[in-house]
Amino acid sequence: MKKYKALNIYLVLVFIILYAPIFYLIYYSFNSGGTMHGYGHFTLKWYKEVVQDTRLITIVLNTLVIALLSSAISTMLGVVGALAIRTVRRAPVKNTLLTLNNVLIVSPDVIIGASFLILYTIIGIKLGFTSVLLSHIAFSVPIVVLMVLPKLQEMSPTLIDAARDLGARRWDVLSKVILPFIKPGIFAGFFMALTYSLDDFAVTFFVTGNGFSTLSVEIYSLARQGISLTINALSALLFLFTVILVVGYYFIVQYYRKPRRQGAGE
Amino acid sequence: MQTRYKNIYLIPYVLWIVLFVIAPILLIIYYSFFNIEGHLTFDNYIQFFTPVYLKMAASSFWYAFLIMAISLIIAYPTALLLTRTKHKQLWLLLIILPTWINLLLKAYAFLGIFGTYGPANTFLQFIGIGTKQLLFTDFSFLFVSVYIFIPFMILPIFNALEELNPSLIDASRDLGGSPWTTFRRVIFPLTLDGVKSGCQAVFIPALSLFMITRLIAGNRVITLGTAIEEHFLVTQDWGMGATIAVFLIIAMAIIMILTGKRRRG
Amino acid sequence: MKALVRAFILVFIIAFAFMFLSSRLNATQDFAGGGKTLTIYNWGDYIDPQLIKKFEQQTGIQVIYQTFDSNEAMMTKIEQGGTTFDVAVPSDYTISKMKEEHLLIPLDHSQLPNLKYISPRFMNLSFDKGNKYSVPYFWGTVGIVYNADMLGGKKITSWNDLWDKDLKNQILLVDGAREVMGLSLNSLGYSLNDTNEAHLQQAKAKLNQLTPNVKAIVGDEIKMLLANEEAAVGVVWSGDAAEIMSENNKLNYVIPKEGSNLWFDNMVIPKTAKNVKGAHAFINFMLDPKNAAQNAEYVGYSTPNEKALKLLPKDVSTDKRFYPDKATTDKLEVYDNLGKRMLAHYNELFLEFKMHHK
Repeated sequence: MKKYKALNIYLVLVFIILYAPIFYLIYYSFNSGGTMHGYGHFTLKWYKEVVQDTRLITIVLNTLVIALLSSAISTMLGVVGALAIRTVRRAPVKNTLLTLNNVLIVSPDVIIGASFLILYTIIGIKLGFTSVLLSHIAFSVPIVVLMVLPKLQEMSPTLIDAARDLGARRWDVLSKVILPFIKPGIFAGFFMALTYSLDDFAVTFFVTGNGFSTLSVEIYSLARQGISLTINALSALLFLFTVILVVGYYFIVQYYRKPRRQGAGE
Repeated sequence: MQTRYKNIYLIPYVLWIVLFVIAPILLIIYYSFFNIEGHLTFDNYIQFFTPVYLKMAASSFWYAFLIMAISLIIAYPTALLLTRTKHKQLWLLLIILPTWINLLLKAYAFLGIFGTYGPANTFLQFIGIGTKQLLFTDFSFLFVSVYIFIPFMILPIFNALEELNPSLIDASRDLGGSPWTTFRRVIFPLTLDGVKSGCQAVFIPALSLFMITRLIAGNRVITLGTAIEEHFLVTQDWGMGATIAVFLIIAMAIIMILTGKRRRG
Repeated sequence: MKALVRAFILVFIIAFAFMFLSSRLNATQDFAGGGKTLTIYNWGDYIDPQLIKKFEQQTGIQVIYQTFDSNEAMMTKIEQGGTTFDVAVPSDYTISKMKEEHLLIPLDHSQLPNLKYISPRFMNLSFDKGNKYSVPYFWGTVGIVYNADMLGGKKITSWNDLWDKDLKNQILLVDGAREVMGLSLNSLGYSLNDTNEAHLQQAKAKLNQLTPNVKAIVGDEIKMLLANEEAAVGVVWSGDAAEIMSENNKLNYVIPKEGSNLWFDNMVIPKTAKNVKGAHAFINFMLDPKNAAQNAEYVGYSTPNEKALKLLPKDVSTDKRFYPDKATTDKLEVYDNLGKRMLAHYNELFLEFKMHHK
């Protein structure tokens, strides 16, 4: 274990770089100066503004609802998709499916947004919550497939065959053999979908309407007037909230697992 | 037996493909045959093969490749080290967490960090190199792009490493393999699938990168994504924008087929 | 499997809880009676939120405020339909385009008595003769912001000064084909609406010579970069200039003597409007001198409202840089709608300039 100590410096460095811009944002969220340069003095006024701004809070909630729902649904759809692709035996069909799967990853957001908008107006879906949710599900599916598929391919087919030979029904094979095995891939897909959803601006912009807005759309349209530090403060709060949630959840799960895991050595 | 199994999974997935992939592709192809005045023509395709766009395509591929390569070089050791930490799942989550902060905000933060009076230059001065122009250079562009994409590379590699049977590594070591041989002969080949899906998840979206090209590279780097953006949103020449998109999709298909060829047991 | 199911159920529960919370928050904002709404489509943070509240209280109409980040994106949304926008705030050249595509509803001037407060200078402009469809909201110019300290006391007065060898790697340009091509055309003594191919090529060739001086071509972040002294010179819109200068007092703004662009953001009623009467009421409300002055103070751009200008602090209303007199503005040009093909050509030339390396 000891020789990894030196190597851990590398890991620490990676984390420092990953978090540097975020801490930079948080640092300036306490700036009385009003911009991200020229530090005035410490202030909490931007935080007060966040708390008082009901419109902003509604938008944040909308953003989270869309992100969570779309990630969960697209993860399910993506897992099914990955299973479908794996089950296909013929290489050309497989490649076609994979290529089609990736179209939405390679297409620039504006194009996706514009074509979804046209699609919705043709079908007659009202622009707003539903159209945004549908779009987010749609563009998150491919990344889930990309995350789950390698896991599935690692699974030895004999394992599944064995289960089947032992008389397991399809549902049992799925729930007792396949899903537990690909679980890391599923979670990876879910979190990547969350990332896609939270970050998306262009697609949401095109397909939203009737007063429905997400945080990204709001932030981008603020750019012309200059993004106020209220947004920094808001990001800081969201960031803190997520960190507590993630770390808290992790240790709760650990705590309940511990008695069984002891001795296994991690 | 096989056929009975595949049908049921395909239904929802194919439905998704038809609605949200095939339909938009058809729309894009349809638009690519119209010029700016709305006449049916092949002009857009002819225009794509002029030096301006070919140069742009070449530079897009070059930068996407660089971003992918650098991401891989940084991500692989990171993933490897992560698998050896105590709370690895937690650390992994903490790698993804920064991606949930809005990209535009992070880009603005980078503008400050890399600025003439920013912390990066203060650091350079401190170690005696002196102030350098960091913003609007290839360096800052690649740095920020890698920053954005690296979680997409780390995640699949981490998962592949997790799956690795530790007894294989022990076996290799017992047989007298040096750590490097073990890595080259055992670990790396067995995680190739993860590497591959990481590379796809980085290279493909990097091809159509935009915004960062303006914010961090100050429009010194022009990619196909930037051009599409401009055609859709500034000139409103949807035809030309769609034509470039058609080429991007074709390029992606070729990449998928090439990387997907190797079949494993 | 169990953990998987549990995690997903948890996600759904959290999502629905947030949804409930969000709808509760909306409900508290709702108005008891009427139920009438008005959707305003505007740039982000381009109105004093207090004014929206005031309007809601006065009329009982509930305002839905939605934002966009570019004229073209806004136009696409209105063209496609699917949402109701009652009032939008496009820039001048976009109005010509929207008129062409029949996306606007003519204004009923009898419902806009406050229109009389707009200075006659800003009425009846080329993009909308007789103000049939639009009412000016804010206006401004395109010019040069420079940091005299960083330039060793040097002053900039013209576009041609940008080509000065001393400005190597010191200029930030705004990412707009019309603006950048326009400054080159102006510097050559041509109109910024020129469509003569030889002139355009000449302007493009001259721009290529500017490359060594150009540090970057950027978007809205130009304000932050200039205020932060990343570069000494920037080509910007006057509204942005005012904002930058309020943050960094070493900076100065100049309207180049060869001429420049005069721009307007205007209130219009798009064809998607459902509450046309409410839209008129809102426009009239914003034309009220007191409200217009309050808005101008909040946003920091130049108001076309003559009476409102009198209500602003003296040092603002007499600042020639942001409220240039008629003699100056007469020399400036509003962008003509050059047609899609010409606009595409401008962009093509601009793109080639961007790809031209030092």
